[in-house]
Amino acid sequence: MSHDAPTITAPHRPGPLTAGVAASWMLATREWKRFFRQRNRVTAAIVQPVLFWLLFGTGLSGAFRSAGDQSFLEFFLPGTVALIVLFTAIFATISVIEDRREGFMQSVLVAPVGRWPVLLGKVVGGAAIAWVQAVAFLVLACAVGTVPLGGSLFAAFLLLAIMALAMCSLGMIVAWPMDSTQGFHAIMMLGLMPMWLLSGSFFPVPPVTGSAGWGQALLGWVMRANPLSYSMLELRRLLYPAVDFTDAGFGPSSSVCWLVTLFATVGCTVVAWRLMRGNQKVDVIV
Amino acid sequence: MVNTSPMAFPANENISDSTAAGDDTAVAQVTGVHHAYGDTQALGGVDLRIDASRITALLGPNGSGKTTLFRLLCTLLPLQKGDIKIVGSDVASQALAVRQNIGIVFQSPSLDAKLTVDENLACQAALYGIAGRTFQKRRDEVLESLGIKDRRGEYCEKLSGGLKRRAEIAKSLLHRPRLMLLDEPSTGLDPAARRSLWKCLTDLAEQGTAVLLTTHLIEEADKADQVVIFSAGKKVAEGPPHELRGQLGSRLISLVVADPDAAADRLRDEFGLTVLRTQDSLKISSDVTPDLVGRIADFLGDSLQSITLGRPSLEDVFVARTGVHFDA
Repeated sequence: MSHDAPTITAPHRPGPLTAGVAASWMLATREWKRFFRQRNRVTAAIVQPVLFWLLFGTGLSGAFRSAGDQSFLEFFLPGTVALIVLFTAIFATISVIEDRREGFMQSVLVAPVGRWPVLLGKVVGGAAIAWVQAVAFLVLACAVGTVPLGGSLFAAFLLLAIMALAMCSLGMIVAWPMDSTQGFHAIMMLGLMPMWLLSGSFFPVPPVTGSAGWGQALLGWVMRANPLSYSMLELRRLLYPAVDFTDAGFGPSSSVCWLVTLFATVGCTVVAWRLMRGNQKVDVIV
Repeated sequence: MVNTSPMAFPANENISDSTAAGDDTAVAQVTGVHHAYGDTQALGGVDLRIDASRITALLGPNGSGKTTLFRLLCTLLPLQKGDIKIVGSDVASQALAVRQNIGIVFQSPSLDAKLTVDENLACQAALYGIAGRTFQKRRDEVLESLGIKDRRGEYCEKLSGGLKRRAEIAKSLLHRPRLMLLDEPSTGLDPAARRSLWKCLTDLAEQGTAVLLTTHLIEEADKADQVVIFSAGKKVAEGPPHELRGQLGSRLISLVVADPDAAADRLRDEFGLTVLRTQDSLKISSDVTPDLVGRIADFLGDSLQSITLGRPSLEDVFVARTGVHFDA
């Protein structure tokens, strides 16, 4: 056989940044297409939180007392939104585990783009899906009057976008080192769901001073150490601007809440990136 | 899936430097590569050269180290010891440059089943920085040359195994790699699809691409231009298949006997033959004449369970070099 390939100069190739962004965009749009082509994912991510909201919200309304005479349906609504974001992030990132061992991700990992476009594409794609679902749910809640209409809703949308990025990055941190989806489920039940429960989504953050027992105090401190508690409080404020939450036991300022949310997002993304570019995980890939 | 139409692959045009390690035809050069998984040695000092315009088959049973070498070439595994250069770029320090020059078809499908063939190709193009009209031109070329242009709008989950493999190859050809790496490409394909796949590979090699595939199928390795036989992490034989087989003579007698050790001694004493003992059989490799078969059968009498005369196969080469059976 003869080598009759013409010898001409290499064609123009985009720089690493341009190529990386293009690859990220492709991965993000792929997430989007895949999501809407799998109806069960749409159902699982939105119907289950809504069911939780209606069942718990109605069932526990009599045994609940919070700031500003909120009903449990109203109190639990921001938590439901957070749950939608969390579930979507989990479903978007869990596919990395199987994809990496056999499937699409293998061809991505041997492409000349490095690891950051993989992370960026996966996180932005997953976060966009989560954000759209959460916003759709909020629009619905506004339509039925559970959430009052107001300018602060736009700030809530922005906060939700940042939360979605944080949760997808967190999902990548959990998924990347895993070699089985069973392992991910274990971490989900032992880590991610408790993180959501202990964020003031399902019950208020208890006070740590005064008449609080040691159990309440311990729970209060754990919940204060959870960055999601700060995001949840700010989301609550933005959705219900008329209600004063400062007397409810846990009331850091809005700027503190935004800062904690931003730091948590950046922190999760950096950790996920470091995990992905580390050679020590390459042996897990194959 | 049967495609008998001649396939014209786009010629490589992406690299002006066609040399690797100062050689005109070597696309990849592997030197002294060792690899271990913990205490288990997977590769123990492998040297290999992969040439342009040739199909090289890495043949070996499961666990022989061929897949480890494949993964090292793919840049999926970190290089522990040794040196691998692909089109002049070092695998350890210039992984991104190496990736630009290799096309990979994994054993497990890397197509996204929820996307169409076209969408999968668009994903691949984005990863390799191919966009706009260049992408459209190359996409149409590879779809045409692999005979799947009419299936471009279908979801990959609906394609047959053979068509999926073709779509995989189409994907890996988009960036016009100098070296195509295929891991057990025939796995799961029916005979017609295997023939079609082999036609694709032959056409690719004719266009100047270096093709390296791993296989545990003797008959598949036999069709390659160059075969590298692996056993226990080491290269045990290398060369064109007919040359390797020729080293065992033109004919080979295989014997299954009740007591192989005693029978081997008796045959050496009686006929002065070189007898190779494997796990449960004996091989006599020389330019034997057919009448020798009858003489051996008469000589061994009832202790002989079976005797066959044939041309040496690559399996026989493996057995001759390693002394063990080829248990793929």
